[in-house]
Amino acid sequence: MAVSHCLSWAATAFTAVLLFSFGSVAASHIEDQAEQFFRSGHTNNWAVLVCTSRFWFNYRHVANTLSVYRSVKRLGIPDSHIVLMLADDMACNPRNPKPATVFSHKNMELNVYGDDVEVDYRSYEVTVENFLRVLTGRIPPSTPRSKRLLSDDRSNILIYMTGHGGNGFLKFQDSEEITNIELADAFEQMWQKRRYNELLFIIDTCQGASMYERFYSPNIMALASSQVGEDSLSHQPDPAIGVHLMDRYTFYVLEFLEEINPASQTNMNDLFQVCPKSLCVSTPGHRTDLFQRDPKNVLITDFFGSVRKVEITTETINLQQDSEIMETSYKEDQMGEELMEPLKYAEQLPVAQIIHQKPKLKDWHPPGGFILGLWALIIMVFFKTYGIKHMKFIF
Amino acid sequence: MGLLSDPVRRRALARLVLRLNAPLWALPVAWLERTMRSVGLEVYAQRFSRRLPFPDETHERYMVSGTNVYGILRAPRAASTESLVLTVPCGSDSTNSQAVGLLLALAAHFRGQIYWAKDIIFLVTEHDLLGTEAWLEAYHDVNVTGMQSSPLQGRAGAIQAAVALELSSDMVTSLDVAVEGLNGQLPNLDLLNLFQTFCQKGGLLCTLQGKLQPQDWTSLDGPLQGLQMLLLMVLRQASGRPHGSHGLFLRYRVEALTLRGINSFRQYKYDLVAVGKALEGMFRKLNHLLERLHQSFFFYLLPALSRFVSIGLYMPAAGFLLLVLGLKALELWMQLHEAGVGLEEPRGSPGPSVPLPPAQGVGLASLVAPLLISQAMGLALYVLPVLGQHVAAQHFPVAEAEAVVLTLLAIYAAGLALPHNTHRVVSTQAPDRGWMALKLVALIYLALQLGCIALTNFSLGFLLAATMVPAAALAKPHGSRTLYAALLVLTSPAATLLGSLFLWRELQEAPLSLAEGWQLFLAALAQGVLEHHTYGALLFPLLSLGLYPCWLLFWNVLFWK
Repeated sequence: MAVSHCLSWAATAFTAVLLFSFGSVAASHIEDQAEQFFRSGHTNNWAVLVCTSRFWFNYRHVANTLSVYRSVKRLGIPDSHIVLMLADDMACNPRNPKPATVFSHKNMELNVYGDDVEVDYRSYEVTVENFLRVLTGRIPPSTPRSKRLLSDDRSNILIYMTGHGGNGFLKFQDSEEITNIELADAFEQMWQKRRYNELLFIIDTCQGASMYERFYSPNIMALASSQVGEDSLSHQPDPAIGVHLMDRYTFYVLEFLEEINPASQTNMNDLFQVCPKSLCVSTPGHRTDLFQRDPKNVLITDFFGSVRKVEITTETINLQQDSEIMETSYKEDQMGEELMEPLKYAEQLPVAQIIHQKPKLKDWHPPGGFILGLWALIIMVFFKTYGIKHMKFIF
Repeated sequence: MGLLSDPVRRRALARLVLRLNAPLWALPVAWLERTMRSVGLEVYAQRFSRRLPFPDETHERYMVSGTNVYGILRAPRAASTESLVLTVPCGSDSTNSQAVGLLLALAAHFRGQIYWAKDIIFLVTEHDLLGTEAWLEAYHDVNVTGMQSSPLQGRAGAIQAAVALELSSDMVTSLDVAVEGLNGQLPNLDLLNLFQTFCQKGGLLCTLQGKLQPQDWTSLDGPLQGLQMLLLMVLRQASGRPHGSHGLFLRYRVEALTLRGINSFRQYKYDLVAVGKALEGMFRKLNHLLERLHQSFFFYLLPALSRFVSIGLYMPAAGFLLLVLGLKALELWMQLHEAGVGLEEPRGSPGPSVPLPPAQGVGLASLVAPLLISQAMGLALYVLPVLGQHVAAQHFPVAEAEAVVLTLLAIYAAGLALPHNTHRVVSTQAPDRGWMALKLVALIYLALQLGCIALTNFSLGFLLAATMVPAAALAKPHGSRTLYAALLVLTSPAATLLGSLFLWRELQEAPLSLAEGWQLFLAALAQGVLEHHTYGALLFPLLSLGLYPCWLLFWNVLFWK
């Protein structure tokens, strides 16, 4: 009788221990999940997709942008959160043998123009001024809502640019250029106005890496299709349409993105591996030093998709740890604010490095040899011409 | 010379033609209009007529009237602001009917495509180049050559590029391309590169100047063949003739080429489908253009289809030749100055009034007379042959064309006798300095003329410079006169023309005997005068009004007494 009592007591104790441990494990599991929940810090996603070229022979730039648009929409970002800037003269160009289509694959496999493209800035509205106004939010009050980037400090923004570029600049529609310094300053304005949480900048042009060299605002990750001094090449011409359909880098990015669905856990390190030199001929580059999280913890869908974070649980979660996290992040912000003077621009151009200024001399030194020699020569010529005997007329 | 040289035969033929009241060969205008309309083009016709200055022996025509027929394929979704032209020149000597068939087949094929952003004009002209000139003048609303053409009713915007097609049979062994145009103008090199690309893609055999492309550039064979083709191009460009319809388009800055299908004795033949594919590819590529062709060179020389020499490489050659003239002129100036100073010294006492040095006074009088007389001879050479052909035909048993040519040669030879006559008119006081001043002026005149010619038509300028500069620099009344006279005659413009004809046929591997060469020379003279009047070619006025007087001045210098 005592043995069975002991046994039952041991059993209950054992189950209690099990339950307790299980509970603790479960509790820590729930806390991990809660940890995951606040991992990235963003609550909404925006995308700004810009194609800076016009004319029929730049068909591939429009196809690039529309492919990214298509992927981004498929992964959940709605049109109201996408600002699409295109020259939009491809689909209805008289030279297009398949009107109202823009293909990205040879043999016309994939029509990226589709039925539901919403172009926000079309044709001659794609200018440097409009692009910068969209980014910084300095937009005239009459601008319709679809043309605004209404992001806040919890928005993750994807910015994709393609066109013709050079070392330090990107050409907009054959008439103007945007430099990498202007772009860096625009991003800094966005940071100071708290218009983004994290920014992913992708550029597919020749010498694309030069465009992200000058960034200095935090939380920016950048990818480019080629290094400085390299050209980004186009992928394949289509003999029926008669032009090149896509650029290589974006073609392979599109192939990569086609395998992403809203639930996938692929991270940024995989995106960095897309299009190695053997496929792309140019060397893609990336920059992550301004980004605070580790790229392997950053999901593709953090930027390319709009994933609602909904976790269904019947457990109760103690949020005090979270308030600790929030406190530490608040403290960091405060420290950051103390460090920053509110009305001063950061040092953008290292002027002293560019212009070698001589240090000012504190004490006076007699003039150097050259000046002395010149004056001596002048005085000698003066005396020779007029003769010393004439000096008496002066004095 | 030809059918019309015997006046009896001429009258008989005129009566026959009048009785028949029909031209010997005419374009089937109604059939062409009907066919083009059935293909789906907008069809228009244009009448033109022209009386040539004298009967044309090679084409056997004098009073020309004809009809051009053209159909416009409108771009389905574009605004008809730009157009491309596919033209087939038809004439009585080369019916070019196969090309008309290919044109209609291409028109039917193009009509079914929707990707045209420019209108395409399919043009069939009568009396080949005369019809093309009439159409172009009416299209651009100018009247450069005195052609009477009815205004065009259908128009299609600015012409961006044109391709002229000449096919004599339905199977071709090779396609020959001609780029040299009127007055030595050339189309943009990109158009030739376009043709070359489609030759390679379609595996067609393409030739330049009628010769195959040299393959082996490492040994001496390739460069030698290239040199041959280069010389052929220089000769063709120097003649200033439009070698095909495309030459007339170039005046309006429309890039144009002529493609000739050649059917020779080779084993592998291409049918018209292959030619049509190449043309379709060319037109599709031209359709993609957003601007006029301007990225590549406008001035070049071609040793092969895939190689070119740009103006920066060949222009210094002409520059150096003209430098010789300049240096010679400088030397003469120094000699004149010394001689003038030498004469002044004994007289140069501190007197208040020093008379004008006699050098300048004598120089001026003895300079003006030869200049005026030479220019007058040049003017006579330009005007008299055509003006006096009827008088000559009345008094001598020659046809009008022969009369023109013989008058030309007579006036040219008469200029050789000038020096013996001018000295009776003008008396010179200081013979030694007189000829130096005249030669100085003549050298500067020649250098200026050759410089201007070399800028617009490099081949002509270089050819004339290469022949005339040594003789001109060496001409002086002292020394062995016969030698210098022979040199000067051999390098006169007419002799250069004769020599280049022989060289041209030699390079084409069809050498001429002397008699044939002489006949060809006479025909070339007649053609030169005719083309000046019908198309505005500048070779005849340049040689007669510019270079011949200059050459006469040197002749005067040589025979200075």
